[in-house]
Amino acid sequence: MKKLFAQLYVWLILLLLYAPIFFIVIFSFTESRVLGNWTGFSTELYGNLFHNLIQQTGTGTLTAAIWNTLIIALVAASASTILGTVSAIGIFNMNARRKNAMMFLNNIPMINPDVITGVSLFLLFIFLHVAQGYTSVTLAHISICTPYVLLSVMPRLYQMNPNTYEAALDLGATPSQALWKVMIPQLRPGMISGFILAFTMSIDDFAVTFFTRGTVGLDTLSTYIYTDARKGGLTPELRPLMTLIFATVLVLLIVINIRQRRSAAIQKN
Amino acid sequence: MSKENSIISIEHLTKTYGGKVVLNDINLEIKKGEFVTLLGPSGCGKTTLLRIIGGFRTPDDGVVRMDGKDLSGKAPNERPLNTVFQRYALFPHLDVYENIAFGLKLKHIPTAEIDRRVRKMLKMVSMTDYEDRDVDSLSGGQQQRVAIARSLVNYPEVLLLDEPLAALDLKMRKDMQLELKELHKNLGITFIYVTHDQEEALTLSDTIVVLNEGRIQQIGTPADIYNEPVNSFVADFIGESNILCGTMIEDCKVSFLGHEFECVDKGFGNNVPVDVVIRPEDIYIMKQTDHAQFTGTVKSCIFKGVHYEMFVDTDGGNEIMVQDYNAFEVGSTVGMIIKPFDIQIMKKERVCNSFEGVIDSPESVEILGASFPCKAHGLENGTSVKVEIDFKDVERQDNQEDGILAGEVHFILYKGDHYHITVRTDGPADFFVDTNDVWDKGDLVGITLNPENIRVIPVRRDE
Repeated sequence: MKKLFAQLYVWLILLLLYAPIFFIVIFSFTESRVLGNWTGFSTELYGNLFHNLIQQTGTGTLTAAIWNTLIIALVAASASTILGTVSAIGIFNMNARRKNAMMFLNNIPMINPDVITGVSLFLLFIFLHVAQGYTSVTLAHISICTPYVLLSVMPRLYQMNPNTYEAALDLGATPSQALWKVMIPQLRPGMISGFILAFTMSIDDFAVTFFTRGTVGLDTLSTYIYTDARKGGLTPELRPLMTLIFATVLVLLIVINIRQRRSAAIQKN
Repeated sequence: MSKENSIISIEHLTKTYGGKVVLNDINLEIKKGEFVTLLGPSGCGKTTLLRIIGGFRTPDDGVVRMDGKDLSGKAPNERPLNTVFQRYALFPHLDVYENIAFGLKLKHIPTAEIDRRVRKMLKMVSMTDYEDRDVDSLSGGQQQRVAIARSLVNYPEVLLLDEPLAALDLKMRKDMQLELKELHKNLGITFIYVTHDQEEALTLSDTIVVLNEGRIQQIGTPADIYNEPVNSFVADFIGESNILCGTMIEDCKVSFLGHEFECVDKGFGNNVPVDVVIRPEDIYIMKQTDHAQFTGTVKSCIFKGVHYEMFVDTDGGNEIMVQDYNAFEVGSTVGMIIKPFDIQIMKKERVCNSFEGVIDSPESVEILGASFPCKAHGLENGTSVKVEIDFKDVERQDNQEDGILAGEVHFILYKGDHYHITVRTDGPADFFVDTNDVWDKGDLVGITLNPENIRVIPVRRDE
C-alpha cells in the first residue's frame, strides 16, 4: 500500500512536470486554430509550418529566426568550448585553495537569475559600445555557456593521469605538442559533451537574448515565439515547431547522458 | 671537474618546498652504464631528485651535469634522457604501437625506420603480438613493458625509473626485476632507479644511494650497504637488524649485551660509546650453553618460510632478533655466539640532546622557542648557552598541551633494551628520547624536563 502510494506520487510529479509540454505536443496534431479544441488527428499544422518556412524568408520571418538561432548557437558553443577547456586546464593546475575559489566563481553565473545576467550584459555592452545584434547576442551566449563547458571538462582532467603530459614532454614533445597530441585527445569526450550542452543552452535561452539583442530587429526562435504570442495568441503553426524543438533538445540530452554513462562504465573497468 | 667515466654529476643540489627542505646539498657522481638506485622511505626526497634530473622540477641551488654539460634551464624535451613513470603514464587514446612510436614521430624519423625500431622494442619487452591493442586492455605488467619500450625506443643514454614496479603484485614484481636487470645488462646504458623497497634495491643495483630527510646517508654497493651500514638509519632501513648500545673498550674489543666481544674494528678510541649492528642471521644459536658467549631465553619463534625468526631475552637484559634454519622451543634456554666479522660498529651520531639556548630568567632557559625551568644558573638574561639533556631524562606527556614543548613522534629505533625515539618539534631541532614505553609513529606528545636534568653551559663569545 505504502509502495503504491509512493509510486503514484512519483507519477503525479512527472505528470505535472510534463503536462504543459504534452499539451503542446498533442495539440500540434490537430487542425483547430484554438488551442485546447480537439478536432481530430491531422498533420496539417506541420505541413503549413514547413510551407511557410520555405515560402517566407527574409528579416523578421520565422525562417530567419531559426537561422539566427542556429548560427548563434554554433558560434557560441564553439567559442565557449575553447574558452571553457583552456580555463579548466588552467584552474586544474592551481593549488587547492585557488582552485576552489575559481570553481565557486564559475558556479555563480549558472545560478544567477537569467534576467539579471541579461540586464547586466545589456548595460555592459552599451557602456562598451558593442555592436547590437549578432555580436552582442553571441558574446552574451558565450559568457553564459562557458561555465557549463568548464564543468563538463573538469572531471576528465581529474580522471587523466597527470604524468601523461610529463611523459609527452619527456619523449621530446614541446608543451604545445603535448597539449595537442596528449591532453586534447584525452579531454575530447568532455569537450564534446560541453559543446552539446552549450549548444542547447544557447538555443533555449530567452531572457539574456531578449535583453542583449538590441533594437536592430534580430530575432531568435525564443524571442520570435514570445513576440508572436504577445501579438494576440500563439500562431497555431508554432505548436508543431515547439514540438520539434522539444524533440531535438530531448535527443541531444539523451546523447549527453549516454556519453556520460559510457565514460563512467569505461572508468569502472 | 667531472670524472673520467662519469655521465651524470650532481653538485650541491638543494630544493625546498614551502619552507621544508626536501633535498639538502646532494652531491653524486653516476658512472656510465651503472645501475644506480635511489633508496629511501617515502618523503626522503628520492623522487624529487629524479624529477630534477628529468627536468620536471627546478632546484633552488646546485647543478646537474650530463657529460660535463650543465642541464640547468633545459626543458624535459631537450634532455637526452627518458623517464619511466610510476603509474606507467601511457597515452590511453593511442594503441601500443602508437605509444611506443610517439617519441620517434615527434623527431620526424622516416616511417620505415620507426617501424623497425618499434618492432625491435616490442620484441625486446616480449610484447610482439600486442601492437594493435588498446593500452587500457593490458595488465599492469604489460603496461609497464610498453612504458619501458616507449622510453627505450628513443635510445636514451640515461633511463630514469620512478618506482616502476610499485603497482605490480609480488610475483610479477620479482619477474620484472629480473627482466629489468637483463635489459640493463644488454643495453649497457645508465639506469637511475627510485624505490622504497630495500630488497628491490639490493637485487637490482650496482650502486645504492640511501637517502633520508633530503640527505645522502650512504653510497655503496649492495653488499657494502648491507654489511657495513654507516649509521643506525641505514642499518634499520636495509634488512632486519639488531641495533644495540655498546662501548668500544679498545681496538678490536667491544662490549654490548653485558658481555665483551672480539671484533675487527679499530680507531674508535678507548671506552667510547658506540652503536653496534648485528644482523639476525649472524647470531649462531644452539641448545648447549657451555661454549656460548652469552645465553638467553627464547621468547617467541615464528616460521618465515626459509628460516625461523626468534626473539630472545638475553642474560644481559636485552631483547634481540635471531634468524636460524632450526626452531628453538619457546621458553628454552639457548646459547649464542657472534663472530668478530659479523659485528658492525658505528660511531654514535649523538650522545645526548644538545641545543642552542638563550637565558630568559634566573631560573629558566629558552630552547626551541619554549621556556624550560632549570636550576639557578646565575647568568644574565640574553646570554647564549648550550643546553644538554640526556636521552633518558626527557619526559613525555600524552597531551600536547601538558608539555612545555609540543612534538610528533617521527622515528622509532629499537635498541635491544629500550627505544630511541626522535620527536619532531616545530623548532629547528629534534628531541631524542630513550624510553621503555611503547610509542607509536605519528603520536602527538608534549615534552617536559625536570629542572635537575638540564645542563646549562655558557658559550664563550669571542669578541
